[in-house]
Amino acid sequence: MTRSLWLRLDAMMRTTAPSALAFIFVLAGAIPLNALEVQILKPLLPIAAVYYWALYRPDLLPAPVAFLLGLMVDILSGAPLGVYALAFTLAHGVLRRQRRFLVGKSFAINWLGFALVAVGGSAMAWLLTSLIHGAPVGAAGLLFQTLTTVAVFPVVFWLLLRCHVAIIRQV
Amino acid sequence: MREKLRLDLRAAAVGRTLLHGLLYAGLVFAAVILMMLGKANGEIMERVRIAVADAVAPVIEVMSRPVDAAVVAAQAVQGWQALRAENEALAQDRARLLRWQETAHRLEAENAQLRQLLRFVPDPSARFVTARVIADSGGAFARSLVVGAGATDGVAKGHAVLGGAGLIGRIAGVAPHSAQVLLITDLNFRAPVVIGTTRIRAILTGDNSDRPKITHLDPDMIVSIGDRVVTSGHANAFPADLPIGAVASVEEGTIRVKLFAAGEPLDYVRIVDYGLQGIIDDALAAKAGDGRGRAGDAMSQPRAAKP
Repeated sequence: MTRSLWLRLDAMMRTTAPSALAFIFVLAGAIPLNALEVQILKPLLPIAAVYYWALYRPDLLPAPVAFLLGLMVDILSGAPLGVYALAFTLAHGVLRRQRRFLVGKSFAINWLGFALVAVGGSAMAWLLTSLIHGAPVGAAGLLFQTLTTVAVFPVVFWLLLRCHVAIIRQV
Repeated sequence: MREKLRLDLRAAAVGRTLLHGLLYAGLVFAAVILMMLGKANGEIMERVRIAVADAVAPVIEVMSRPVDAAVVAAQAVQGWQALRAENEALAQDRARLLRWQETAHRLEAENAQLRQLLRFVPDPSARFVTARVIADSGGAFARSLVVGAGATDGVAKGHAVLGGAGLIGRIAGVAPHSAQVLLITDLNFRAPVVIGTTRIRAILTGDNSDRPKITHLDPDMIVSIGDRVVTSGHANAFPADLPIGAVASVEEGTIRVKLFAAGEPLDYVRIVDYGLQGIIDDALAAKAGDGRGRAGDAMSQPRAAKP
């Protein structure tokens, strides 16, 4: 009896780990860096999680979770509510359809694919925010954020890969 | 038999694709509805935002501890490297400040006498709350902080937020145990200011860059680089003469201000209640509210500057 309980707990941990890690990424984005200037350099980590899991295990991070991740980003970053929720949901949908082109390809191809997704998502977020504000908002901060997001992707990809390996081990 | 199985599988696949399509369409629809709600009724959305930020603030605080430690260590190393130069600079500063102190004492005495002559009404005494910065909630579109003091500590919307060197923002929203600070650099920040010793009136306008702009300035006035920018006290938004920054560039009619608080570590801030609740009216804010609800503050509107 206890054994089956532990097994069930174990399985639950394995299935929720990717989403939990992605939410930790969202919270990490709100950690204060204690200086006014470096703020804009903080990468948008959760989009990397959406990218990875949408490609490799969409069942472990389904579209509604991507939506919630985006909503949390909106709430914590001060963007108009719904902007990143929409961007993440669409990214998730597009990636699921493009799995064939990206899964199992070299890391360089994956990096390029991620750069496209990050730039596309940021462009959409910028467009929507500008529409909601009724005037173009400054894009410099967003540009920096997108660049750092793409730049740290290898590290995040490695982390997610470790997480993935840990999940499928002994199952 | 095999044919039938294949057909069944295909039907299931088509059904699954359809279901996924519906799911995505529903989520996209929900996002659009959220955006429209935010645009139509910023106040409610803002309340939701503050409630969620209040809930996750303790988690972020725990997570930020190792980061804090790393930053402190890095600063310590940098500090040791600069110690000697700093010491010299401090010695010079001290000599200079002593001279100023004398001047200040003299002026203070003079001021007291003049006030007696004028029956001057002193500024209302200020009440301070010092709070730790627990989350840097700004992103590409907003510059804001979450601090660990809220309504229970006496913090209220509109209070001025000061760093060590000067004004850094104001309270934009309050939850029981945390409050959101709208930084000067945010797109929605406006404050009436005066520039230089000639006391030119203008409005300081954040635009998400590190150096906010000066707007609504009389075009005949001459502003030069290095002029001090301080709050003006007009419209009861902020008390007069809180230091903000110095004019950093005057180019093509755009004047930018380098903040005194720029570059200083923001671990703790002071939230100051000067008893000026004057123009911040929630009813007005709700009426004028934009997508994020806070640009609706009367303070955020340039009308204060119009003659």
